[in-house]
Amino acid sequence: MNLCTDQLAMLLASPGQLISISNIASDPLVSAMVDEAATYPMNFGRAEEIYLLAPDLVLAGQYSRGNAVEMLERLGVPVLRLPFAQSMQDVAANMRTIGAALGRDRVGEEMAATFETRLTTLREDVATPLTAALYSANGYTTGEHSLSGQILLAAGFENIATRAGIPYGGVLPMELLIMAEPDLVITSQPYPGASRSEDILKHPAIATLRSHQRRATMSDQQWVCGTPHVLAAVESLVADRRALQEASE
Amino acid sequence: MSVLSLKDFSVTLRDRSIFEGVTLDIQPGEFVGLIGPNGAGKTTLMRAALGLIASEGDSSLAGLSAQARARAVAWMPQAREIAWPIPVENLVALGTQARGGAADTDATDVAMARMGLEPFRGRAASRLSGGEQARALIARALAQDTPLLMADEPIAGLDPAHQISTMSVFAELAQEGRAALVSLHDLGLAARHCTRLILLAEGGVMADGMPEAVLTPDNMARAFGVSVWHGQTDDGPVFQPLEVL
Amino acid sequence: MSRLFVILTLGMVALFVISLVVGPAQIGPVDSLVALVAGDGSPLTLIMREIRLPRAILAVLIGGGLGLSGAALQGYLRNPLAEPGLIGVSSTAALGAVVAIHAGLAASLSLGLPLAALAGALIGVFLVLGFAGSQGGSLTLILAGIAMSALAGALTSLVLNLSPNPFAASEIVFWMMGSLADRSIVHVWLLLPFAFVGAALLVSQARGLDALTLGEDAAQTMGINLSRLRLVLVVGVACIVGGSTAVAGAIGFVGLVVPHILRPFVGAQPSRLLWASGLGGAIMLQAADIAVRVILPERDLKLGVVTALVGAPLFLHLIYKTRRGLA
Repeated sequence: MNLCTDQLAMLLASPGQLISISNIASDPLVSAMVDEAATYPMNFGRAEEIYLLAPDLVLAGQYSRGNAVEMLERLGVPVLRLPFAQSMQDVAANMRTIGAALGRDRVGEEMAATFETRLTTLREDVATPLTAALYSANGYTTGEHSLSGQILLAAGFENIATRAGIPYGGVLPMELLIMAEPDLVITSQPYPGASRSEDILKHPAIATLRSHQRRATMSDQQWVCGTPHVLAAVESLVADRRALQEASE
Repeated sequence: MSVLSLKDFSVTLRDRSIFEGVTLDIQPGEFVGLIGPNGAGKTTLMRAALGLIASEGDSSLAGLSAQARARAVAWMPQAREIAWPIPVENLVALGTQARGGAADTDATDVAMARMGLEPFRGRAASRLSGGEQARALIARALAQDTPLLMADEPIAGLDPAHQISTMSVFAELAQEGRAALVSLHDLGLAARHCTRLILLAEGGVMADGMPEAVLTPDNMARAFGVSVWHGQTDDGPVFQPLEVL
Repeated sequence: MSRLFVILTLGMVALFVISLVVGPAQIGPVDSLVALVAGDGSPLTLIMREIRLPRAILAVLIGGGLGLSGAALQGYLRNPLAEPGLIGVSSTAALGAVVAIHAGLAASLSLGLPLAALAGALIGVFLVLGFAGSQGGSLTLILAGIAMSALAGALTSLVLNLSPNPFAASEIVFWMMGSLADRSIVHVWLLLPFAFVGAALLVSQARGLDALTLGEDAAQTMGINLSRLRLVLVVGVACIVGGSTAVAGAIGFVGLVVPHILRPFVGAQPSRLLWASGLGGAIMLQAADIAVRVILPERDLKLGVVTALVGAPLFLHLIYKTRRGLA
């Protein structure tokens, strides 16, 4: 019933074990597994449709569809609420939790272990970390207590938000972003259709700031959920960092 | 050279003929009173002659451009609208600007003096009494300095002293070689001050000429349904409607 | 008159400078002004030139334009309650802008956004003047404006709700209340031609508005071509309101408050009220924009909130004063 649990379940379940996933898992903007998602029946997170599927277990996100999830629990359907991944440890832990819940402890453990190993290889000690800022619509930035903040740290960047005193997430005025002179500004991927909120990402001041930088965007597919796809985001950021460091040498 | 000439002039409003076939000619030096019962079309005649509403036939003013008309005639509508509390002095000056240039202070002062407005110079025009507003608006029209002045019931609502002095101002204008066409309900003042009267009734001009020739008992009975009393003083005729017939 | 001009100009310039030195980045006033002029490619210069300068210029252009539009509309309708926001023209302009953005017109044509807002504003002015009539009383004018605002507002919300972009729906408040946050020099260039053409058109009708003080009949015989005046005025107001709304959303009450305050200082003369309201509007909107940055710097407090807090009580006061006329 949740984009992130859907993806982990698709990766971990044995064939036939997973009977339905949420419609969001088929949205190419946010889901990294659209092709896989197409092979499963879709639900819209409504209590009655899920109840009628008579599942042995419902996987839900910590905050997702509160009313529907409560209803299902009242109706006696077992629900596993998976906490939202805010760190790399959470990602691995969630893999193990879902693996266990699906009775595939070994597959879950394997995936978590692979994830941890690859992450360790990607992490390197950076003597002088470059600075980066995550910047999305309406000037919203994300601090280190978040998955995207952790991705940034893992790739060897210092987060501007931390300097600005934003631990979780909040609005960073454009003026402060520019004063901080980050080495890299990572913007969110624009949604289809225009909006004034996203205009800020095209603001000339930001463009000037980024004119001598590499372009980097957070693609929600890789950044939103604690799945192995996070590693792809880290990998590409590491490549950006190396390129930047080479350019400055 | 006439200042206004109408030829076979007619107005129809919503399929109803207001008047038909009016032909008249006003020369410099004339103070013409336009009289007639309520609904006879006095206001309509003047507005149509100015080209403010549609008409048939010829009017020497209706075809002019807005700028040319502003130099040919000044018009004082019956609704005495003063939208903003602008000083009397500035209000009168609007008349001088209507000719297309900057405000002319001398012409403004002359017009204000004529209407006895000096005491009100800096006062907000929209906050004056009705009579004072009427005088300010007449001064505004005077300041436009046109060969012809047209006014719709300019003395309605004025006290007797100001009615008489206002009529005298129009008469003076005529003596100076300008002309005035003024609609009036007070037949006594019309008889005494106008050089010529036009009686509009029964869908056309019923009578047109010297006041004595127009204000005959016959005409008064036909147009207004009243009997009248005529007298003569050294200063001119006295005319008084007496009773409804 | 000239003293008022000097005072207003000084006020406008002073607020312009204050507007340049107020912002979330704590920079000394001298440093920031030096950075503005120096242009050494430092982040300071970037902030001054790309963020604060456009914002200050937009406040002047939009505030001035709205003040001027309000004065012109009031002069034409001879009604102190006329104002682009209250008669619904800002709302229809916002609708035009939103439609342009979400139909992709704004992206495909460089002036598409302001032109669409201009079209929206034009339709709005014509409809309101059509319903209320040029001699319509305050009541019809305001009722027509309310209906127009409600309709345009509903359609704006509808367009934003139908947008595939998840942020669009949250922007309804921007289009209804207006904001100058994070606007750039691009928006200045978008607005500039419309603001200047609109202002030139409105100022050109100064004499006509004076003559209209005495009513339409009198004005027509004072050398004023009334139908031309109406056309020029409508296009002028639509240019300004369309351009302003396209870049900053609908900001209400500036055109109501400013002419009302300044009227006694210009002898109530509509022509002199025009330029005075232009300067006064620039002052009011700059003050409001400084206020939203000083009072609640953390939140994006909408400009329209501040102008409405000042304007709405005054509006009620005016209604109270003119209620005899309304009845």
